[in-house]
Parts: sequence; C-alpha cells; structure tokens
Amino acid sequence: MSQASIQVGSSPAVQYLLRIGDACLISSQRLAEWCGHAPILEEDLALSNMALDLLGQARGVLTRAGELDGQGFDEDQLAFLRDERQYLNPVLAELPRGDFAVTQLRNLALSTWLLLLWRALEHSSDAELAAIAGKAVKEATYHQQHAADWVVRLGDGTDESTARLGAALTALWPYFNELFEADAVDAAAVDTKLGPACSSLKSDWLATMTAVLHDAGLRLPQDSAYQSAGRRGFHSEHMGHLLAQMQHLQRAFPGGKW
Amino acid sequence: MVRIQDAVHHNACGRLDAAWEILRQIPDPEVPVISLCELGIVRDLRETAGGLEVVLTPTYSGCPATELIQDDVRAALAAFGEIRITMQRAPAWTTDWISEEGRRKLRDYGIVPPGMVGGAQPIRLVHRASITQLACPRCGSAQTEKLSAFGSTACKALYRCLACREPFEYFKPL
Repeated sequence: MSQASIQVGSSPAVQYLLRIGDACLISSQRLAEWCGHAPILEEDLALSNMALDLLGQARGVLTRAGELDGQGFDEDQLAFLRDERQYLNPVLAELPRGDFAVTQLRNLALSTWLLLLWRALEHSSDAELAAIAGKAVKEATYHQQHAADWVVRLGDGTDESTARLGAALTALWPYFNELFEADAVDAAAVDTKLGPACSSLKSDWLATMTAVLHDAGLRLPQDSAYQSAGRRGFHSEHMGHLLAQMQHLQRAFPGGKW
Repeated sequence: MVRIQDAVHHNACGRLDAAWEILRQIPDPEVPVISLCELGIVRDLRETAGGLEVVLTPTYSGCPATELIQDDVRAALAAFGEIRITMQRAPAWTTDWISEEGRRKLRDYGIVPPGMVGGAQPIRLVHRASITQLACPRCGSAQTEKLSAFGSTACKALYRCLACREPFEYFKPL
C-alpha cells in the first residue's frame, strides 16, 4: 500500500518557511537532473554541487517548518509526502531545466533572489532560521557568481549561444514577477521579524539582473502582466511530473532508507 | 597517541583531555590529510548528564560527509560511553578556522589552502567571480589558471598549472 499524504497547517510562519524551503528543494531537484548530462564534466560537477547546497538549505528550513507546524513532520515527510497544492515554491523553480542557457539564467535569477533573502534572514527573529541563513549566504554567493559568469559568457559568445540566452530570457521573464509578490504571509513575517517581504528585494534584484544582462549584451524585456502563483500553491503542469519522480520511492516504500 | 583504555579511566577533567586527544586524530573523510579539529568543525566538547557531548558545525549546508563525520566521531569515542552529537550552524563555519597546521598539510597534499575571508566583506551588487592568482602547489609557478569554480567536492575549485601542466585543487575561501 502506498503512503498517504500529509497536510501542513496554515500558520503564516510555516507558509513563509515552506516558500523558502521549497524554492531550494525544487531548484535542487531540477539542477540534479543535469548530473551526467551537462555539456562538460566541470559543469556537471558544478551543477551537482549547487544542487547539494540547495538540498542542504532545504533540509534545514523544512526541518524548522516542521517544528513550527507542531504536528511532528520531519524534513523527509515534508519533502516527500505533501500534495502538489501544499508546495509553495515559485513556479520559476519547477519549470523544466530546458537547455544550458535556460538553466544558467534561472540560476542567476533564483540565486540573486535567494542571496538577497538570506542576507535579510540573517537578522531573523527565529534564531534557527538566522543560523541557516548565515551559512546559506556564503553558498549562494558562489552560486550567483557562477551563474553570472555563464550568463555573460553565453550572451557574449557565439551567435548560437547569444540566441539561446535571448530565448531563455523571453521564456523565463514572465515568471520573475512572482518572486516579488506581496501578500499576507509576507506581511506577517515582517510583523514578527521572521523575515523580509519579498517585495522589498525587488529593486536590488533588478539592479543586479540589469547589470549582468547588460554585460551579456541583453536588455530587460518589457514588463509582463503574467502572474504565476506557486508561492500560493498554484503550480504549472510541470510540477506534477516533477513530484511523481521525486516522491515515487517514498510513496511506494514508506520510510524506505538506504 | 593515548590508548583509549587508559583514557577512559581518567577522572572527569582528564576524560575531556583524553577525548580531545582522540578527536584530534580523526581525519576528515573527504580530505583525510587533515583532521576534523584542524578543519575547525569541532566547536566544543563537554560533559553533560547524558554523557559526552560533541558540538560539530557543518562546512557546507549540503556536505554529504556530514553524517559520515558524525559516525566517525561516535565510533572513535565509543569507549567513553554515551556520546551526544549536536550540530550547531551558528556562527557559520568559515575556512578562516582551518588551523595553520591544517593549511600546511593541505599544501603538502597538493591542495592550495584558502585565502583569508576576514571580517567584513564588501557588499557588491553584482557578483562576478574575481580572478584569484594562485601559485602551483607542486612547482610554485604563478602561471596557473582556473578550470572550474566547483571541483570534486563543493569546498574545492579546480585549477591547472601552465608551467608543469599538472592539475591541482584550491580550497575555496568561505
């Protein structure tokens, strides 16, 4: 018999933590898909290493979310036994890995966002979250450098790489809006000093993206009206497939270890 | 080298000293040339009601050796009775905590030790990787180049020497 799903409570603090933890977890899952498939061995190692860092960050944040939720769920149960609507990562993280340009541009957008978030979370009223952030901020710095280097290299590379990076920007741009959406969960986090509202990160994020894309020879597209809502639990058609693969073993063999 | 049997029979204070002595001999599983203590990840050792408590800190959030390190510590201190291992994230581990002796051993092993991170880092909006000029740990030549920012483990970058043509690793400052 397969494992039943768990249901996490609706406390704003738990939702806030799940948004961060799930952004790391789902990014990690997508990056890990490159293992054995990257264009060069060094990049295979780099993407796998970043996937590991993100997984480690997700473990810490999900563990803390489980403690605050108070139903006794641990990191594994939260990672593997929730249904799709209970995952709160931005849709950007779950989109298919695409080609190397899509992967690097997404890495740049997400690592820049996470870096700004971790920096603010170092001052969280939750000591455990602040400790996770203190470590993650160092790792995210390396992730962002690496992604920025690749985005510039691809944009300033061959006709083929420039065209692919341009196409990646067009495809991903509409999904960036969601990273800065303001709502009651973020407002509650500000009130309790748990962490920043993501809307407050936008100007720094935009300045960094603009500068890197400028070096890459690209300009920012026009604002998009599209608003994805993964952070509120509404996901794209890709999420179910990702979860099917990620959850399969724990669902089929409950509590299985190796 | 302290024999474990002798160590266990010491009094309370001697017990901690003896446990430290054993901890100092446990190698890092991924870079076995240096010990966990030289790497700076053993933060504290104390006697508690529930037995000996070892406080460790992870190097990277996702370091896959974390569980193995805990097992190694538990096995090495088995003769001390109950062992409790606490993982402490704050303050976050930095490569600045790698001891002088640890740095020397890394270099002898062929891994260039990390530069100092120091206290305050300038906050840059745009993080492009800066060029770090390293001397080859084998021949000393300054003619080296970075092959990859991420090496065989998260904590190392891959370089090569243009003079002696040998590849080498750099323990990244964190």
